Amino acid sequence: MTAAAPAEIRRVLIAKPGLDGHDRGAKVIARALRDAGFEVVYTGIRQTPEMIAEAALQEDVDAIGLSILSGAHMTLFPRIVEELRKRGLDDVVVWAGGIIPAADAAKLREMGITAVFGPGSPTTETIAFLRAGGGRSA
Amino acid sequence: MPDVVPLLRSAPAHELAARLRQEDRLALSRMISAVEAGRSDARRELRHLFALGGKAHVVGITGPPGSGKSTLTTALAKAYRARGETVGVVAVDPSSPFTGGAILGDRIRMMELHDDPGVFVRSMATRGLTGGLARSTMDVVALLDAFGKDVIVVETVGVGQDEVEIARTADSTIVVGVPGLGDHIQSIKAGVLEIADILVVNKADLPGAQQVVNDLRAMLSLGATRTPGWTPPIQETVATTARGIPELVKQIDAHVQFLKDSGSWRARRAENARRQVLGILEDHVRSAFERTIRSETWEARFRNIAARTEDPYAVADELLREVALGDDNE
Ligand SMILES: Nc1nc2c(ncn2[C@@H]2O[C@H](COP(=O)(O)OP(=O)(O)O)[C@@H](O)[C@H]2O)c(=O)[nH]1
Ligand SMILES: [Mg+2]
Repeated sequence: MTAAAPAEIRRVLIAKPGLDGHDRGAKVIARALRDAGFEVVYTGIRQTPEMIAEAALQEDVDAIGLSILSGAHMTLFPRIVEELRKRGLDDVVVWAGGIIPAADAAKLREMGITAVFGPGSPTTETIAFLRAGGGRSA
Repeated sequence: MPDVVPLLRSAPAHELAARLRQEDRLALSRMISAVEAGRSDARRELRHLFALGGKAHVVGITGPPGSGKSTLTTALAKAYRARGETVGVVAVDPSSPFTGGAILGDRIRMMELHDDPGVFVRSMATRGLTGGLARSTMDVVALLDAFGKDVIVVETVGVGQDEVEIARTADSTIVVGVPGLGDHIQSIKAGVLEIADILVVNKADLPGAQQVVNDLRAMLSLGATRTPGWTPPIQETVATTARGIPELVKQIDAHVQFLKDSGSWRARRAENARRQVLGILEDHVRSAFERTIRSETWEARFRNIAARTEDPYAVADELLREVALGDDNE
């Protein structure tokens, strides 16, 4: 095997930033990803951007799925991206799921959130996205 | 936190290792992944890093799901940190044998450690490796050790044979029991009891804890203990409030002291090393054979065995002669 790592996504972190206490959606996606063969690190609710970035660093995940309902995405997501950069985690794919208006989704993509999945989108879409490398080149 | 130079996972292992030696946590993390993935350049670096280790005290924690192992690990980590020692945690969860997927949920109980740079928590999935799990766990322990961690806690799920294997990678093994698992005699399996250096009855705030203590005491008086001269103490704890944790830390200290004074320390590590070397060998041999049999010629032979025109013993003998056992240098 060569030193070059594959673009394959195997380990993912499912994180629930913000203050809302529901993590049903996050758990659904975590289980669906496990059943699709991913190793899913799950850290529970009310995660700060620092907690998320720190977990991503220690667990060396290939991708992070942010699940959000509270509407705080425009303040929280840029801070998460910033915390990841600070730790040198520039090659980690970040995607989001939850209630996010289309206009915000476009802005989030510019910030480095590779994909945004609405609340109605089937988990198979997320799985396909991750299997395709999450928009990441090697 | 100062900005850091990015370190892509495609970085060669020698770069990861060099940065790991400078206490770069990202390099440690990516080195763990590279070793776990079986990257040959990472394995070579691991050999050099091994020489830097040997200083950490390795504590294994095992017990049934939900018994409070992660909570206990967190409480222990905090106690060691209060004494100024740095801590590494390896938390193992099972992979699905069907999909290979896993949910690694131990961190949920460890979030209060998140802002302490002196603690590094890594979750690991078993990746369907029976027996092999202990090997890759030992590799991760070796990396945390080389990184300079003073104490390394390995948390494993209390099921299956891997359990006993992993306990054998530790200097001190803690077996956790809890009240309220129905048949209290079964709350700790006899086989697991034999690997215990220290017994913990967690959830001592719940009814029935005393009964578990009594049962364990009775079982201990019957069975042979692991190390002559050391009777495993039984400690009640409430991991959620840290009740009993200072006492547990003292018992771990006492166990270390006992191992050192009695000379068992070296003996135990040598015994673990023997197992580790055999395990590595097993990996090499198995992969050599698996490479060889991945051919139509051998597949045809397997079909012959299925049709009973050949027998598996003769085919195995022939395979043994065919495979040259050398270095696994790809
Ligand atoms: N009542 C009580 N609950 C506890 C105690 N220790 C842990 N728990 C709870 O038991 C559950 C499982 O704990 P966890 O550490 O995840 O167990 P593990 O599966 O063995 O790692 C959690 O809800 C903990 O809060 C304790 O000493 N007393
Ligand atoms: Mg646990």
